[in-house]
Amino acid sequence: METKKIKAPLTDEDVMALKAGDNVLISGVIYTARDAAHKKLVELMDKGEELPIDLTGQFIFYVGPTPEKPGQAIGSAGPTTSGRMDAYTPQMLEKGMKACIGKGLRSQVVKDALVKHKGLYLAAVGGAGALLSKKIKKSEVVAYPELGPEAIRRLEVEDFPATVVNDAYGNDLYAEGAKEYAR
Amino acid sequence: MRELAASTISDHVAEMCEQANIYLGEDVFSALKDALETEESPTGKEVLKQLIENVEIARDEQIPICQDTGFAVFFVEWGQEVHLTGGSLEEAINAGVKRGYEEGYLRKSIVSDPLYERKNTGDNTPAVIYTDIVPGDKVKISFAPKGGGSENMSAVKMLKPSDGEAGFIDFVVNHVKAAGPNPCPPIVVGVGIGGTFDKVAVQAKKALFRKVGESNPNSKFADLEKRIKDKINDLGVGPQGFGGRNFALAVHIEDYPSHIASMAAAVNINCHACRHLEKII
Repeated sequence: METKKIKAPLTDEDVMALKAGDNVLISGVIYTARDAAHKKLVELMDKGEELPIDLTGQFIFYVGPTPEKPGQAIGSAGPTTSGRMDAYTPQMLEKGMKACIGKGLRSQVVKDALVKHKGLYLAAVGGAGALLSKKIKKSEVVAYPELGPEAIRRLEVEDFPATVVNDAYGNDLYAEGAKEYAR
Repeated sequence: MRELAASTISDHVAEMCEQANIYLGEDVFSALKDALETEESPTGKEVLKQLIENVEIARDEQIPICQDTGFAVFFVEWGQEVHLTGGSLEEAINAGVKRGYEEGYLRKSIVSDPLYERKNTGDNTPAVIYTDIVPGDKVKISFAPKGGGSENMSAVKMLKPSDGEAGFIDFVVNHVKAAGPNPCPPIVVGVGIGGTFDKVAVQAKKALFRKVGESNPNSKFADLEKRIKDKINDLGVGPQGFGGRNFALAVHIEDYPSHIASMAAAVNINCHACRHLEKII
């Protein structure tokens, strides 16, 4: 099975070169945010205020890790269900986010926004938190430490495995994959 | 009358919280390996390999299998010959959860007020506890850390008796189909049938505590479990929803007598990290 190596952050060209069903290994810097952090970021956008991180070209990984033990970069760190971020994702894309990593279904509004803003939705293997934690070499809380597991972290990742589910052409792996194996 | 100290319950609970989150049961691990054998999709196979490797890394390096270390759910069968000393059962269990989640570096995922403040309680308490008083002088504690992503994909439906077997199968299969990739397939499907609105939901939860590979003792329901599992796998959703032949590892049905006017049904889904442990004290 072919796997493409990609570097974070992403350009429009990087995005357009990937299609639903592609397996990728991501290296570079990515950021985390889940429910509570998204709510705060979008509130700042609505007020026209500056965000604590620059979203241009960035990956956002939907994760709330377990606390790291002494000596670990991060605890168990698998993706959370992406649908809860649907309400916020179009605005995140408008602000420059290029890709988000989570698991599970996205709304049509999000899929359309990915096409419009040239963005990607990728899924990492849900529930593989121990394995994925080994691909994260460094982790640092950069905003909202009061949110605990929901704080925004800056992660340095190496060969972090994910699969493109929704691409900038409107393709959807969840819809197409199931058709192939249904009986 | 046998006396049992609340602190003993807390000690066992703390240990169970840590163990269940790090070591996946052999029943579920075997089911994942069997799924890898039968999977036809290359991406599905890759997912299952990652899941198997994940279980091994968790075990070898003492890292939680999944970052969602769950709502702590307990079923307690309390022997009526046992007298608890030094505190209440609820306090004893919550003290154990607090310690286990802290010392085990497990994620604290519980907020005190579900609607307004949503402030993290900081220690993963309170737990959800079901208690049955049973004959004897033993205490059986069953524990499962229940992840939020799969829990969100649950439903209760008050079916009509005339809906029959076909209506029941449709309810379960259509519900699981709609959940799709969200609950982290391959999933274990807990199903309740019969009882009241509340009872059927608890039965569906209880079904998830059963060892994967064990069937309902009633052969009719055991056969139905197999048929529903095949129907679910024929949806083609596959591991993580990327397409494939292994959407469900198992379907467990727990039945209960029903009111003449009702046929309550419930679905409670567990992800592949179907963590559960029991201990008899």
